[in-house]
Amino acid sequence: MGLVTPDFGLVFWMTVSFLIILFILKKYAWKPILNALKQREDSIEEALKSAERAKDEMARLKSDNEKIMREAREEREKLLRDAREVKEKILADAKKEAKAEAEKLISSAKAQIESEKLSALTEIKEQVVSLSIEIAEKIIKDSLDSDKKQKEYAEKLLKDVDLN
Amino acid sequence: MFHNFKTAAVIFLSFISILYSQTVYSQHEENKVEEAEEKFNPGEMIMEHVGDAYSWHIMTIGEHHVEIPLPVILYSKKSGFHVFMSSEFHHGHDSYEGFKIAEGKNNPLKGKIVEIIDGKEVRPFDFSITKNTLSLFISSAILIWLFISVAGAYKKQPNKAPKGIQSAMEPLIVFIRDDVAKASIGEKKYMKYLPYLLTVFFFIFLNNLMGLVPIFPGGANLTGNIAVTMVLALFTFVITTFSGNKEYWVHIFNTPGVPWWLKIPVPLMPLVEFSGIFIKPFVLMVRLFANILAGHIVALGFFSLIFIFGAAYGVAAGYGGAVFSVAFTVFLGLLELLVAFIQAYVFTLLSALYFGMATEEHH
Repeated sequence: MGLVTPDFGLVFWMTVSFLIILFILKKYAWKPILNALKQREDSIEEALKSAERAKDEMARLKSDNEKIMREAREEREKLLRDAREVKEKILADAKKEAKAEAEKLISSAKAQIESEKLSALTEIKEQVVSLSIEIAEKIIKDSLDSDKKQKEYAEKLLKDVDLN
Repeated sequence: MFHNFKTAAVIFLSFISILYSQTVYSQHEENKVEEAEEKFNPGEMIMEHVGDAYSWHIMTIGEHHVEIPLPVILYSKKSGFHVFMSSEFHHGHDSYEGFKIAEGKNNPLKGKIVEIIDGKEVRPFDFSITKNTLSLFISSAILIWLFISVAGAYKKQPNKAPKGIQSAMEPLIVFIRDDVAKASIGEKKYMKYLPYLLTVFFFIFLNNLMGLVPIFPGGANLTGNIAVTMVLALFTFVITTFSGNKEYWVHIFNTPGVPWWLKIPVPLMPLVEFSGIFIKPFVLMVRLFANILAGHIVALGFFSLIFIFGAAYGVAAGYGGAVFSVAFTVFLGLLELLVAFIQAYVFTLLSALYFGMATEEHH
């Protein structure tokens, strides 16, 4: 049975060839190939990990941004509210002040009016006195033109005077 | 219709009978088939194709043989070293320097170079570069060139996606690494055995494929040759035996979990386990050899049918048979492509499993 009897020559050449192939491929093919594959797999894994990290970072940044936005919005609202309050306060103050000023003005005007009135009255009194004196003078002048009358008047005056 | 079926059955039976060198022909058709066999002997043709040869026969045109003569290297105890080309034998008809190619139907040395000493045929040490040896050298060169260029591609563009032939080899390399070596041997030790496993896988796979290519430099039946599979199995055997740790040997000679009366007084289990050391590589050898050889024989058998038809029933029958034969051979070729991969895979996987067993740590 030729087919199932290993041939010595072929066994020899096969052993030699296979050892050579094994040695050469191990040194010059499998080692670099397996190293390169490992390296690439590591680098891919590393890239995936860093992508994952970047994603997390992005999510964190996004949430930070949202927080900042929210805070900014709140700040703005607070500022607006404050501004409104300040405005109202200023308005109220201004109103109060204006009112006080007006009142002050009114009261001083009143006082002036009073003093004007007083001085006018005094003047009128003086005028009335001087007019009365003038009139009295004229009347007296007239009535005392004659001695008779003077006498009569003097008598009259005398009559009035009570000698008690 | 009935006649056709009968003829086909006869041819099929005769084909089987040729393979088994028996004669179970139908009485009715016996003469015709025997006549055809005289013109064309499929058994001989098939054995010539799957066997080794001292020259590489490419084709025969008429009476002229086109073949590549190969160097014959012999060492005889009587006459020392002899180196000459196989063409000196003139297709096996002549003898040269006292050597000739043995002939005769029942000669166990048929087809081998023998030296005639005292009228007896004696086999010298035969280091001849035969057809299979040349095929081995060619495939070795292809293997080395292929993977060194692939390694170059990895060096040239590290950390990049593979390109060209590199991307064809990478899935296989990764497959052997992850699904064969790592899975069978374990994370810690697989790197030590990976170069051997990769080499064995690609060696078997490439030679299986080259065996399917009918023209030079393919067509040699290298992985279907028992010498080649024997050497491969021996490598696995040697590596397994030398990698065996204490637990491996304890497992063989004092198998745990087995009733004591299977070990003492008759060491039945140790004997079974010990023979297993040799049976495992022996089965590796036979499995690869038989699968590839069978594939070649069946493919050649289908082709022989064309010539059997042609010789027995005329040229037209030959052409008619060719339609079916070619269809069957195409189917078989596809099947053999699958087998080429599966056998390479199985050999590698089992080798890895044996290494895994030899180096297994305490569980």
